[in-house]
Amino acid sequence: MINDNAEVILSVRNLTAEVDGIQILKGLNLEVRAGEIHAIMGPNGSGKSTFSKAIAGHPDYTVTGGEVIYQGQNLLDLPAEERSRSGIFLAFQYPLEIPGVSNIDFLRVACNSRRKHQGLEELDAFDFDELVQEKLDVVKMKPEFLNRSVNEGFSGGEKKRNEILQMALLEPRLAILDETDSGLDIDALRIVSGGVNQLASPDNATVLITHYQRLLDYIVPDYVHVMEGGRIITTGDKSLALELEERGYDWVVEQEAAGVQ
Amino acid sequence: MSASVKTLVNQPYKYGFVTDIEADSIPAGLSEDVVRLISAKKNEPEFMLEFRLKAYRHWLKMTEPTWPHVSYPPIDYQKIVYYSAPKKKDKLQSLDDVDPTLLETFEKLGIPLSEQKRLSNVAVDAIFDSVSVATTFKEKLAEEGVIFCSISEALQHHPDLIQKYLGTVVPAGDNYFAALNAAVFSDGSFVYIPKNTRCPMELSTYFRINNGDSGQFERTLIVAEEGSSVSYLEGCTAPMFDTNQLHAAVVELVALDNADIKYSTVQNWFAGDENGKGGIYNFVTKRGLCQGKNSKISWTQVETGSAITWKYPSCVLVGDNSVGEFYSVALTNNCQQADTGTKMVHVGKNTRSTIISKGISAGRSQNSYRGLVKVGPKAEGARNYSQCDSMLIGDCAQANTFPYIQVQNNTSKVEHEASTSKIGEDQLFYFLQRGISMEDAISMMISGFCKDVFNQLPMEFAVEADRLLSLKLEGSVG
Repeated sequence: MINDNAEVILSVRNLTAEVDGIQILKGLNLEVRAGEIHAIMGPNGSGKSTFSKAIAGHPDYTVTGGEVIYQGQNLLDLPAEERSRSGIFLAFQYPLEIPGVSNIDFLRVACNSRRKHQGLEELDAFDFDELVQEKLDVVKMKPEFLNRSVNEGFSGGEKKRNEILQMALLEPRLAILDETDSGLDIDALRIVSGGVNQLASPDNATVLITHYQRLLDYIVPDYVHVMEGGRIITTGDKSLALELEERGYDWVVEQEAAGVQ
Repeated sequence: MSASVKTLVNQPYKYGFVTDIEADSIPAGLSEDVVRLISAKKNEPEFMLEFRLKAYRHWLKMTEPTWPHVSYPPIDYQKIVYYSAPKKKDKLQSLDDVDPTLLETFEKLGIPLSEQKRLSNVAVDAIFDSVSVATTFKEKLAEEGVIFCSISEALQHHPDLIQKYLGTVVPAGDNYFAALNAAVFSDGSFVYIPKNTRCPMELSTYFRINNGDSGQFERTLIVAEEGSSVSYLEGCTAPMFDTNQLHAAVVELVALDNADIKYSTVQNWFAGDENGKGGIYNFVTKRGLCQGKNSKISWTQVETGSAITWKYPSCVLVGDNSVGEFYSVALTNNCQQADTGTKMVHVGKNTRSTIISKGISAGRSQNSYRGLVKVGPKAEGARNYSQCDSMLIGDCAQANTFPYIQVQNNTSKVEHEASTSKIGEDQLFYFLQRGISMEDAISMMISGFCKDVFNQLPMEFAVEADRLLSLKLEGSVG
């Protein structure tokens, strides 16, 4: 939902970042307002995942230039856990398995860290249980998942649903979904995208990183960006995704190189 | 390893202070005269001196074992002080007579000995360098016929029991360090649970090394008569010195028919600094004998301290249907080295044993599990289950597993499972991205990993152990 008067949640200017000394992001610009859904598409290696990790504050991704303002605050000053507590959520492309730590404990500690930051009362095990039961519906997960170790032995689809469950509990201001659709069958894709749509509101914003147009049939973006060589080279609406699906990325890249736009 | 993790891991050792107290020490060095002197100082019966001398003469002919997967410079046994005791005026009549400095020391360590502040339902024997300074709840235990006192005291008041059992599980010449201990041991705890008695409280011994040059050689003996049961816990700390101190203890457990002994250890000797300077050499022999039928001995250990740990709490399952258990968490960080595990020797019919070992290695440390499961020809229907899990933190730590299995009976069943996992930067980032701090992340992962073992500890200590591990580890990840 585009509303030009809505608050700017995230403003990225000329962001450059490197991994292992190799520069991946080369001057990325992006502005996200409350209520908006953005899709970032682009060929492999264009820097989509690096962008998400840099925003979330992964220690291996070093920001070398530019600025990121989140809710009016310099995001780059905050350590990763503070970014999360202030409402930035990253749904992982490959959610990690944490043997020995039960899903419910993990969810409760995470949820309470966020609540504490928001000045809300932390939930005890009983109140949290009630809350989580309610949120399970969003992703149609069975309660049994709560007592298993975090993501251990989960199928690809179950892991992604667990990510969305975490998102539902943390109620982020800005959610970045990194290839959440990869490895999902049609049913799982429906459940996951249904969850994302349910959680989207005029007050928060979502950035979808994806390779495929398919996801955008379920979650309709307000903007579609194409990333290449560490920058966003073109932006359009939903129809751009359809065109990309038909024609591939090459024509956009060529257009950009020829200085059209 | 990221910097934040490093600082977290290298938490200062809280128990590194030295108590300034006048000590009655003998000069460093070991000889037959020293052995006689120790025995004389303790006014021991003749059989005890004989036991010591036999052990000493045997020790002279032995060589230090080289098979453990650890390395350290040669130990100069002539430089060690074999007896050091805080000076006291007269015989102690009650706790009120204990030097307040000592009471303070133990209080600082979280082991209150004074009447008002005692841990509820835990009787404590406090050992400072070479001697026992206080034992709490003695009278209350005596009402049930339970004997809980220092071994020196037991030698005075119950010499027959000591003579009957001492050295029956770990003979004087059992191994190099056990022989040394038998020759020079200065104190330790003695526990005797009479027939059909359930010990009404947890028993606990707290060991403190204070003297920088002294070794600690304590000896613990626990005898559980038919149908009795007891739960016992030991804790250990030491000041920080640049030099290494030798701790060579022996623990013997005897369980008769239907008796049940649970022995838990939380070991937090000074581990040396981050460059491996100083720390305790913890070379310990612990063995339990399930002599009676249906008897049970269970070892639980949480090993977090010491520069080097060399110990294999074992069970000899002689009685039919007897049960041996070993639950262990061994954590090494910085330059610590641990070679630890267990021996389960099945002699009787239908004997069962369980081994759950969790090794955590961080920093540049080395952590080895070494375990023997031996099933004798008469141990029909014997069963063993072993599970050895290792967790690596960082890129420079080492974990090894050396399982030995010897089976001489084809009706027995022996299972061994092993796994290795790693706390990686990406797992930590996953926690951070969910707003969970690094400290909480590590502590949650470690608790999860150690759950099976911590569940075996007495309630009060499980919480303590959990906290201790997190403290020791925070920051070792990355």
